[in-house]
Amino acid sequence: MDMAFIIETIIKIVVILLVFSALAGLGTYFERKVLAFMQRRLGPMHVGPFGLLQVAADGIKLFTKEDIIPQNVVKPIFKIAPVITAATAFMAAAAIPFWPEFSAFGYKVHPIVADINVGILYVLGIMAVGLYGPLLGGMASANKFSLISAARSAAVFISYEVISGLALLAPLMMVGSLSLIDINNYQAGGIGNWIVWSQPVAFILFWIAAFAETGRTPFHLIANDHEIIDGFGTEYSGMRWGLFFIGEYANMFFISFVIAIIFLGGFGDGSIAGAFQLLLKVSFFFFFFLWTRAAWPDVRPDQLMWLCWKVLMPLAVVNIVITGLVMMF
Amino acid sequence: MQHNEPLNDRNVSEQSPYFYVDIEAYPTTGWDKFKQVIKRSFKGELFVGLWVVMREMIKFDIHTVQYPKEKLPIGPRYRAVHKLLRLWESGYERCIGCGLCEKICISDCIRMDTKIDENSRKEVTEYSINLGRCIFCGYCAEVCPELAIVHGQRYENGSEQRAHFVIKDDMLTPLDWLTSGQQAEFPGFGAITPNESVTKTPLAY
Ligand code: SF4
Ligand code: SF4
Repeated sequence: MDMAFIIETIIKIVVILLVFSALAGLGTYFERKVLAFMQRRLGPMHVGPFGLLQVAADGIKLFTKEDIIPQNVVKPIFKIAPVITAATAFMAAAAIPFWPEFSAFGYKVHPIVADINVGILYVLGIMAVGLYGPLLGGMASANKFSLISAARSAAVFISYEVISGLALLAPLMMVGSLSLIDINNYQAGGIGNWIVWSQPVAFILFWIAAFAETGRTPFHLIANDHEIIDGFGTEYSGMRWGLFFIGEYANMFFISFVIAIIFLGGFGDGSIAGAFQLLLKVSFFFFFFLWTRAAWPDVRPDQLMWLCWKVLMPLAVVNIVITGLVMMF
Repeated sequence: MQHNEPLNDRNVSEQSPYFYVDIEAYPTTGWDKFKQVIKRSFKGELFVGLWVVMREMIKFDIHTVQYPKEKLPIGPRYRAVHKLLRLWESGYERCIGCGLCEKICISDCIRMDTKIDENSRKEVTEYSINLGRCIFCGYCAEVCPELAIVHGQRYENGSEQRAHFVIKDDMLTPLDWLTSGQQAEFPGFGAITPNESVTKTPLAY
């Protein structure tokens, strides 16, 4: 392993960390603005032009707030849980190609930290590990609302891992590779080649599962403010709570990238236009997360489980069987 | 200025705009439930919701009042912190110290002190309202025969304690305000109905 490779990788990691931490902050700004406009409000207005610096104000607030560790919590686990959420969210980013290859200063840059051949499996696996953030944080909090939230997060994450895994199986059978770059190149021919046309059911299923795995609104019951306060985040304060937040928003961005790359052609043939198209697609999926939050009510936990096991999972299995049959004959 | 609130008939009937919402009976058999799921899945109700919020976002019909910068007008009958008014012509205090307001106040929060001055007029030396107890019922303004104690429109009050007294100096219209015409006649609770016989001051008729 030569020095140049190590340096390049470290630079890439730092860039991704910085960019997506900042984006997570900006994401909260966009979320507030979009939700406000959809509800005929103005959203943040006072800090900076159009409230843009609200993000900075929140950052300062989160960093300087007292870090309260309540008396009865299991301290080491309580302290480590937010780190798990944030860390796993960013670790998942390692196998995601954010941009096609380009050359800068005569040096070829692959904007992916590690093009491993099990890319998507790695991404899904790490996102599944993210379950331990809410689960451990909620169980260690010595608070009944956190405990309910921990139980719910375990149920939701594990159920919807099944859906996202099964939904992805069909497209992966067609592509024959787990690397996100291979999946992207499979659809390089243009809009007609996008997997969403041949696998619409898998696309919808994976999209639904993405909502559950990021804990966004129709499936927001892990931290449902109106019934269990802030769920696993109830006892947290300051930057530890902020880490949960960054993790959630980073996850939203990464899962948007994953959906766009797997189903909507990613960055296409790797041209600059393709790259910007990828950003557009990702923005749409991110926007959709906010959009549904304004429009749709939350479902009950039992409805969520019902949807998962009685509707989505059979559909995913049928989809795989049909895909397999079509590929065989 | 007469304002008549139209009577809203909230009883459900043929004429009223209120009606009972149709609620379908819940399905009982498995097959009915299945049909309901299918119907709801493909009816596209979710997209109606998405469209509604998107439409509002595109119309950008923002209803926010950015409060400290812009304020909503308050109604003439709004009962905010009290004011003691002065006579327009002479600038004397309108209050004649009759004590009716002190008597009628149901929270017993008005305190006043009077004396006979050298012109044998009754003079109000102290007048205070304990805002910690005042319930802003408006009885004092209604009972006052001279329109002396009225409710103002000042609703932005900051104080360390709610119970801080509203003393006479706070409520009484300052003389320079009177001369510059800043004393507004009270159009709300207990106010006179304007007609030709009333010129400037209620006392004049
Ligand atoms: S508004 Fe009512 S409670 Fe307040 S001082 Fe007048 S009479 Fe008393
Ligand atoms: S009722 Fe009016 S005139 Fe009589 S004491 Fe009270 S404020 Fe003065």
